Amino acid sequence: MTSLTLVRRIAARPSIVFDALTTPEDIACWWGPDGGPVLLAETDVRVGGRFRVRFRMLDGSEHESSGEYLEVVRPERLAMTWRWLGGGEDPGESLVEIGLRAVAEGTELTFTHSRLHDEETRRSHEEGWNGALDKLERHFLDLSHGDRHDQA
Amino acid sequence: MVNHHERLDRTFAALVDPTRRAILARLEREDGGASVSELAKPFAIKLPAVMKHLDVLDDAGLITRSKVGRTVTVRLSPEPMREALDWLRRYERFWSASLDRLAAYAESKEAEAKEQERDR
Repeated sequence: MTSLTLVRRIAARPSIVFDALTTPEDIACWWGPDGGPVLLAETDVRVGGRFRVRFRMLDGSEHESSGEYLEVVRPERLAMTWRWLGGGEDPGESLVEIGLRAVAEGTELTFTHSRLHDEETRRSHEEGWNGALDKLERHFLDLSHGDRHDQA
Repeated sequence: MVNHHERLDRTFAALVDPTRRAILARLEREDGGASVSELAKPFAIKLPAVMKHLDVLDDAGLITRSKVGRTVTVRLSPEPMREALDWLRRYERFWSASLDRLAAYAESKEAEAKEQERDR
């Protein structure tokens, strides 16, 4: 639960998806959960290079994240550190990994955001606390009638 | 006031330990709560060690304890867990929606690229 994995099948070749993930002009067209604008996008796409993206949501709130590219293998793999900047929402540094695999209809994208909490949580993740927490999550989802997205 | 992230840290720290997770999982099944000795039974550890785990869970707000006579009844307190899950779900919402938008965008670029290739 402290890592999130999402898979998408995209009708576009891996090189196009890779560039959409890393080119500032492209990032400005999709980054963020709603139709709010991207205010700033900077990328230095090489190992050790950094990215920074700031966006505004439709509710007016602004959010910025930045990190360092750890792996850059066009068009199949991208890994970077991730940190939210500013506000009270900084829970430390986490890790984003994206794999792109060519499939018949285009690209299968596997996205993982991990190390979503502190060092202790990271360890516990390896110890396998997911089962217990998933069970509790189901319980609380039942209570809150929360809608589930595709969880891997 | 305890800030949001300190609370989350405490919740996650409390959840790190397998014994504490087992206690919570047990309490989840017991609507009326459970006594300390009932909770201690499945574990190969002494009662004082169980009490320590309960202290950590209590500090994190994950359980409540109430005493009637000599019996302490422990109950699950769902709010901090709900908060922790909400926090994790925020990431999910962000990425799920962003990746949908990325997919739609890349597909439009693919269509453009195909058109250019045809024109050539």
